[in-house]
Order: sequence, then structure tokens, then C-alpha cells
Amino acid sequence: MRADYACGSMEHIQARRRFLAGTVAGGAALLGGLGVLTQGHAAESMAKRQKKILLFNMQGGLSQLETWDPKPGTETGGPFRAIPTSVPGIHISELLPKTALQMHHLCLMRGVNTSEDDHGKGAYLMMTGRRQSPAADYPELGAVAAKTLSPETSSMPGHIRIVPWGGGGRGNDAAYLGPRYSSIALGNGKPPQYTVRPDGIDEASEMRRQSFREQTDAAFLNRHRSAMTDAFLNSYDSAEQLMLKRDVFDVEKESAADHDRYGRNDFGRHCLLARRLLQNDVPFVQVTHSNYDTHNENFDFHHELVHQFDAPFATLVSDLSTLGLLEDTLIVVLSEFGRTPNINLYMGRDHWSRAWSVVMGGAGVSRGAVYGSTNANGTEVVDGQVDHSQLFHTYLQAVGVESMESVAVGGRELPLADPAVEPVWSVLT
Amino acid sequence: MLDITKSHVVHDWTYDRPLLACRFDPLSRYVVTSAENNLLQRFSMADGTVQAFPVVHDSWVQALVVTPDGNTVVSGGGDGRLVWWDLQSTEISAIRTIDAHSDYIRSLSASMDGQWLVSGGYDRAIHLWNVASGALVRSWHKHEMNVYSVQFLPDSKRFFSGDLKGGLYLWDVEQEEPLAKFDASTLHSFNDGQKVNFGGVRSVASNADMSQMAAGGLHKSTNPLGAVHEPLALRFAVDGQTLLRSHTAEGIPGGGLWRVQYLSDGTLMGISGGSTGGWLLFWNQDQDLTSHKFQLPALARDMDLSADGLLVATSHYDRHLRVTRLAE
Repeated sequence: MRADYACGSMEHIQARRRFLAGTVAGGAALLGGLGVLTQGHAAESMAKRQKKILLFNMQGGLSQLETWDPKPGTETGGPFRAIPTSVPGIHISELLPKTALQMHHLCLMRGVNTSEDDHGKGAYLMMTGRRQSPAADYPELGAVAAKTLSPETSSMPGHIRIVPWGGGGRGNDAAYLGPRYSSIALGNGKPPQYTVRPDGIDEASEMRRQSFREQTDAAFLNRHRSAMTDAFLNSYDSAEQLMLKRDVFDVEKESAADHDRYGRNDFGRHCLLARRLLQNDVPFVQVTHSNYDTHNENFDFHHELVHQFDAPFATLVSDLSTLGLLEDTLIVVLSEFGRTPNINLYMGRDHWSRAWSVVMGGAGVSRGAVYGSTNANGTEVVDGQVDHSQLFHTYLQAVGVESMESVAVGGRELPLADPAVEPVWSVLT
Repeated sequence: MLDITKSHVVHDWTYDRPLLACRFDPLSRYVVTSAENNLLQRFSMADGTVQAFPVVHDSWVQALVVTPDGNTVVSGGGDGRLVWWDLQSTEISAIRTIDAHSDYIRSLSASMDGQWLVSGGYDRAIHLWNVASGALVRSWHKHEMNVYSVQFLPDSKRFFSGDLKGGLYLWDVEQEEPLAKFDASTLHSFNDGQKVNFGGVRSVASNADMSQMAAGGLHKSTNPLGAVHEPLALRFAVDGQTLLRSHTAEGIPGGGLWRVQYLSDGTLMGISGGSTGGWLLFWNQDQDLTSHKFQLPALARDMDLSADGLLVATSHYDRHLRVTRLAE
């Protein structure tokens, strides 16, 4: 497999890696380094603005009826009530009392129809803006954001996922953009794995090891460079970055008062970590909250999970506003689909992609707004229908990326988002 | 004459929405139910006619109790409200509404002497109320998670409370601290993959002489979000809090106990609802497995035993209220 996404010169590889090791700070070398994959207009978009995206992935299929589009008193409404928000006329579920107070920062998209009720396929299309196809693989929003929003001089990884389960490592979610833009997962909000130098290896030894590896790599790559070798080298580069910046990922460096405000639980800690990463100019942070696949006892589980989500999320939105970061940070709350209006025999709700909700907020979007609506019992979109592709465009446009344009990969122009559709212009500011 | 092996459905009445809770009127004139429309209903035991209560709750009602004199129904809603209803009148009316809990009310129980009402909810609180005046008498905040069940003992002085995490306490209405704590933790699980708490003490019952109590719920929750779990009832000695039996049910791979009650002969009865359907399960104190099972036509969500101990009302997802006779 050829490394079509890279320029391919050995000089560029070595320049990039020297920079990451902190031994060279030459801007010219960096501008021509391996990281310069972008050609054309997308790069210009990036240069103009330094924006960020904070994405909440409500894994399993968040119920729109227990959150953003309640239908109390109807056959499908379930037991929970709707409450007023900080925006007159907008009501959301009573399970989100803290979030309701931040509604003036948010934009509810209540007319989402993605017509895909499978978990994997639904997650794929929401994250990539395209339907899954055996003919092509597309990069996730995080990878696109990392590529288009990260300054080339940044020593921070551009695509971070905070996940509730343990472990970590690199994702395989950048497709043709290449491994540099693949996600780094922070398992349960812990710093990246293997980013502490073993006790038995001092700094001098480490430098000798690196130098020897670079020499042997260079000899090998002169004749055998491929996408696989680039991925391999990139993993070393990333590890070096992460070792140098490890404190950025250590949420325990935040104050006790902030830990109290966000809540001393996993999701509260993950939200506080997200704030820390955004403050340190990570351009894309994804926080996963799990698991909303509530075929059974939907209401009790949403009572538990949405309550967990509410206070830390609202605190983070409020903090981003107070810190002035909300002007540059797009917030997205999505899932792979919504849940059925029909309540099943187990008091559960099943998968439903024909009429559900996504939330945006902050940078580039109308705030305190609702776009689209569903019918009285929530079974159909009756106004302002949007799909995953339009939303993907909209996210990028909101952070200043010209989503209708392309990136050059191996001599081919590949559109950033589905060229057949457009952003939801009316929610963009 | 009680004979659970002769159990059979004697009444099968319908409503227009899935039913939630059900309680017998102690005088056996009515069965009061709640449904997925925020409303209560009164089914006449004489002919099955249904009379709707006025709209007062703006949430579902899963907590119901009829006072021992049969005069009053009290309902507890997801809106945190307690509503007193006059059951005697032809036209049912609300006679008192109290904002009682800051979250969902899940369980109510009235003392046999008619003096007290105890309520438990998702705000983790237990409140004791004077039935006649509606006055709040005392509150307890011992539970670490949602209170799922409260149940007075026949002495009208003590009651049990159980929560989602398996916390199970015995209380005296006049004391601030619990009299005893039981270990019902096997009724709770935290699924680390799905990151959810599940199970809990969904029902508590005391036998007539108050020597035993039972806590009903579920276990083997390999997939809580997918309704994969089995029914489990724990039978304890009240004195010493010793676990006497862990009652399970063969052939019910998808079920959980929504309520348990003791029959007059000491048999423990539970209503199971889940992917295996609706079942009345019976256990005697000599064995862990069921002594008898009776399958209902559809998945059930609640049950109540009539004052004479021979009839069981069950509320169903398929919009039916069924009454089963535990005898010939």
C-alpha cells in the first residue's frame, strides 16, 4: 500500500520528527514537513481561524424524548415532564435542569432523519457524514478537524477521544487522511498509555535510542516507504509528543474546587479533562457517555444516565462561555440515532432514526435556537429535516472550515464532506 | 380454600392504554390501576366497568395504595406529587395534593391501623405522612440510591425500605436510625460495559407473624439494557437478618419480580414480567426453586392480593387487567 497521503520525501520525515523531539524549531522545516498534507483551500481556511470542536457521543442511542424533544402527556411521551429553559418558549426534558439554564448557548436540531437504525452504521454516518460503503472509507469528524484546525506548528495531538472504559491507544478513524489524524483514546480519562519513561532508562540513554532508531529508519525508508511504515513512524512521533505534554492530559492537576463543581464521578472528571484539553488548544475533543441503548426500562436508565450527563455538561458549557472559549468552540451532542416514540413492553424504547435530535452550540451557530420539529407524538419530522451529511457540513462550516472544498491526497482532490449536500445555512452565523 | 395449583384467570378486562400499577380495594369492590397516560382508573369487580380518575398528575403513577378502610386511594407520581382520592364517592375526586418528593415517587405503603403512609422515591428520601391530615411526620435520608420499595409490617409501627443498590432497612416510625439492615446486594448489579446500575429491591413483603420478610427483584443481569435477567427473591429472618432462601425460577430466563407478597399459608408469591412473559411464581420456605408457576396471558407489571387472599389482580402491558383466583 502506497503512502498516498504523504509527500514522501525523507527530508520531510526527519524534519518533522526532529521537531517533535524538541531539538529543532525551524519553521521552514515544519512548513514543509510530513504534516503538510493539505493543499489548497482547506489549508487557507485553517490558517484564518483557530477553532475547536467539543463532541459528546451519547453512545447507544440517546432518547430524544427524554432529552431535547419531550412530548409529555402524549401516548409516546413517557413519564417525564418538559421544563422551561433560559430561552423563553424552548422546553426540554426535566431530566436536564442544569442544561436548561444554558440553553441560550445551544441550538436544538429537532428534525434529524438519518434512516439508519443499525448501531455501527448509524455511528459511522454520524461521525463521518457519509453512509458506510465497501467502496470507500471516510475520515471521522475528529480526523477532519485535526487536519483542518490544527496549526502545523502544534505539538499537541489534534484528535482526542475520552472514553468511559479502560485502555486507550490509537483509533483507526482517519481513513485517507493518514494515521497522524487518528484519534488518541484516553481510557476513563487517564493520560495516554505508555507515556512515562521507564525508571531504568535515563534521558541520555533515551536520546541514544532515538538516534539509533532514526538512523535505521532512514536507511530502511529510502527503499521501502509505505503507508504502514508511516503509521509505524507516526506512532513514535505521537508517543514523543505525548511524553512531552503528559501533564496536559492529567486532570488531577485541576483544582479540587473544579473537581467538586464538575462532580466527583467519571463523567464529571471527563468533562473537566475536556475543558483542560480545549484550554491547551487541542482542536477536537470527543467525550463518550454510555450506554443509552435502553430497550429495557428506558425511563429508569435515562433517569440515571441523563442526570449523570446534565450537571457536568452544563458546567462545561458555562465554563467555556465564562472563559471566552465558546466563541471558538463548537459543541455537538449526538448519538448514532434516537429512540422509538413507541414504548415497548419492557418500558423500553428501541432504535429510531427517522425523527430525532442533535444539539449544537457555541462557535458559529445560532444560539438559543431550535431548528426543525417533529409531529405531536414524535414519530415524524414535519419541518426542517436534516441528515447526517448536512450536519457534517454544518459542523465544519461553524468552525470556519469551507466544507464544500477538498483536500489533496496523493494527487487526488477528495471532498471534505459529501459534495451532494450543503450545510444547514440557516443555523450558521 | 387456597390452592395455587388450581390458579386460573377469572376476570380479563381491558383499558385503552398499557397499565402500570394495580391495587385491590380492601372491600373487594374495585381494583384501582394506573396507566401510561398519567391517569388512574377504577375497575368495578362486579362487572369490569372502568371509571377514570380526574387529571391531576402530570406524570405516570407507579405508586398506589388503598387505605385499609377502603375509603381513600393515595397515588404517588413521577411528578413527585402525592394525591389523596375519595374512593367512596360515585364521582371520584382528589381531596388533597402534596408536592412530596423532589423526584419520581416509586412506592407507597399504608399502615394496617390506617394512621400512617410511607413514601419512597428517586430523590432517595423516605417520608412518613399522617393519612388523615396529610402532614409530614418524619423523613429519612439513609438510602444511597433510588428508593424502589417501602412496605409496612402488620404491627403498623415498623416498615421496610429497599433501594436500587440493594440497600434494605427496617425502620421504626418513631426512630431516626434504622432498626436493622439486610444484605440484599445480590439484587443489584453494575454493568461495567454498559455503565448502568440495575436491579434493586423492587418489592418487600412481610409474612403475617412478622418473622420473615422477602425482597423481590432480579439477578443474572448479563444485559440490563436488553432485558436479559432472571427473577430472584430473597427470604430473610427478620430477627438476626439471616438469609433463609434465595428463591429462583427454572425456565424463566427473561424475568424480574415487580412485586412479592406472602399468601396466608406462608407461600411467597411473586409477579414476574420480562421477555419470558408474565408469571405468577410461588415458593415455599423449604426450597429455593419454585413450588409452582402459573403463566399469565401477557407480560405483567404489578400485582395485588385481595383481602381474602384468594384473588390476585395483575396489570399488563397489553392493556388488560386480569384477576386470577388461587383456588378451584
